[in-house]
Amino acid sequence: MPVANVEVSETPLVLYAVRRADDALILGHRLSEWCGHAPMMEEDMALSNIALDLIGQARELYTYAAKAEGGDNDEDKLAYLRDVRQYRNLLLVEQPNGDFAQTLVRQFFYSAFADLYWRAMMNSRDATLAAIGAKSEKESAYHLRHASEWIIRLGDGTEGSHVRAQGAIDHLWAFTGEMFAVDDGERALIHAGIAIDPGTLRGGWMTTLSDVVSEATLTLPQNDWMQQGGRSGRHSEHLGHLLSELQSMQRTFPGQTW
Amino acid sequence: MYTQALNTAETDDRGLEDAAKAAQFQARIDAEERIEPNDWMPAAYRKTLTRQISQHAHSEIVGMLPEGNWITRAPTLRRKAALLAKVQDECGHGLYLYAAAETLGTSREELVDAMLAGKAKYSSIFNYPTLTWADIGTIGWLVDGAAIMNQIPLCRCSYGPYARAMIRVCKEESFHQRQGYEIMLTLCRGSDEQKAMAQDALNRWWWPVLMMFGPPDATSQHSDTSTKWKIKRFSNDELRQKFVDATVPQAQYLGLTIPDPGMTQDAEGHWRYSEIDWTEFKQVLAGNGPCNRDRMAARRKAHDEGAWVREAAAAYATKRAQRQTAQAAE
Repeated sequence: MPVANVEVSETPLVLYAVRRADDALILGHRLSEWCGHAPMMEEDMALSNIALDLIGQARELYTYAAKAEGGDNDEDKLAYLRDVRQYRNLLLVEQPNGDFAQTLVRQFFYSAFADLYWRAMMNSRDATLAAIGAKSEKESAYHLRHASEWIIRLGDGTEGSHVRAQGAIDHLWAFTGEMFAVDDGERALIHAGIAIDPGTLRGGWMTTLSDVVSEATLTLPQNDWMQQGGRSGRHSEHLGHLLSELQSMQRTFPGQTW
Repeated sequence: MYTQALNTAETDDRGLEDAAKAAQFQARIDAEERIEPNDWMPAAYRKTLTRQISQHAHSEIVGMLPEGNWITRAPTLRRKAALLAKVQDECGHGLYLYAAAETLGTSREELVDAMLAGKAKYSSIFNYPTLTWADIGTIGWLVDGAAIMNQIPLCRCSYGPYARAMIRVCKEESFHQRQGYEIMLTLCRGSDEQKAMAQDALNRWWWPVLMMFGPPDATSQHSDTSTKWKIKRFSNDELRQKFVDATVPQAQYLGLTIPDPGMTQDAEGHWRYSEIDWTEFKQVLAGNGPCNRDRMAARRKAHDEGAWVREAAAAYATKRAQRQTAQAAE
């Protein structure tokens, strides 16, 4: 029996919360794939810990989105019963783990943004988003520190690790532009003081990246072509596979309590 | 339990050691004193504990795999977070058990290498597959339940670092056990399909869980020395019986049937289980369980594919230390 997707009334506020929730869930899911398979036990712990923070953020944001929507949806319906075209996460976070360098570069690009973003969101006029910002900012600061330290170790470690880290940077760079994109709905939220303009974070983000990357003896690509589409549900092929795994229980056994 | 392969005879080299020291050591054990890393101890005591603690650590690490198998498929976000946190706890247990083992003089790298080379054992239970979500509930309820039964007495083990590690491990395990039971309760109060899933998981895990306590006392040669050294305080059969007695009412409350038609309750209230198939146990210990090869392959893959990361971290640490030395010299 096919299980219908839930419908989401994507008002600007609902969509805004769902997009950030999807970022956190998909990245958290990706990191959780490492659990038990990391290069060292300390990293099994660290990556799981970061995944847990992100899944926690996703739950709060989905719950808020469902509340803002005012219908029957809840965190699980939003996570488990939307298909790939309804997911609104950044293309960056759905990219496969690849090797450890690719996972950590993906994390570094995202966390360097999320750290600034959540700190700025603490000033949101929306009390819930401000509270989520306050909690997430503390978590993101640790995520960024962890990722930065690894970028430096890998970049300035062995010749082989340097090549892998540089390769990961070059590969993932095109997915970073989407973090700073704003559509009309979001612009209205920015004007209302509910959302912050991510464009204002770009300078700080670049400074963090440049500092860490140069300490790591790595370089940022000159190429400025950026992939977009995640925010409107035009994803890479990778997301569908992730969702088929994530959602398998809810799709196979619809409507049950777990 | 997590250290089943210890049920083998120990080489007794105490004769080579100072008899007075050995007598003094035994007197401290008898007086329930804790032995600490820098204290004198018989070589066989050190060897037994290194093996026991490292096998326990390996079990925690390999034990991440069967449950980790469901992290990406957990049915709700709450369950996903709880399972991830649980598997992370197990890794933490592994880490501090390796640290406890290291206090006896063998490095974590050596211990891990022995496991990856197939020279060290881990608990037989982790060689069974997790096929459905109910397996996650069952592992928490029964596997962690059995582990607690074995580990609570270890909190009073004569070796201080192991005893202290066990106190922390037990606290977390008991949380995991309740979490597992709660998953089972949810399934058993759910649809027929969910209840059948719960029963099927119990059917598959029951006997392997009973085997976790190790061979019957009659064939367990190792226990004598371990008991004398107060590493082991209860026999395999005593712990197994305690576990069965605690578990039967829990199964009844869930409305599940223990897959042992011959089980009866004796006059003293103990639940008497049927003969355990020790052939299966021996096969699993010998590497022929359903998942032995997969588990070892997964651990080796993680280790091998992570080698370049560990090398990079080491190379960077060396470079940084050299730079700091050079700076200090300026």
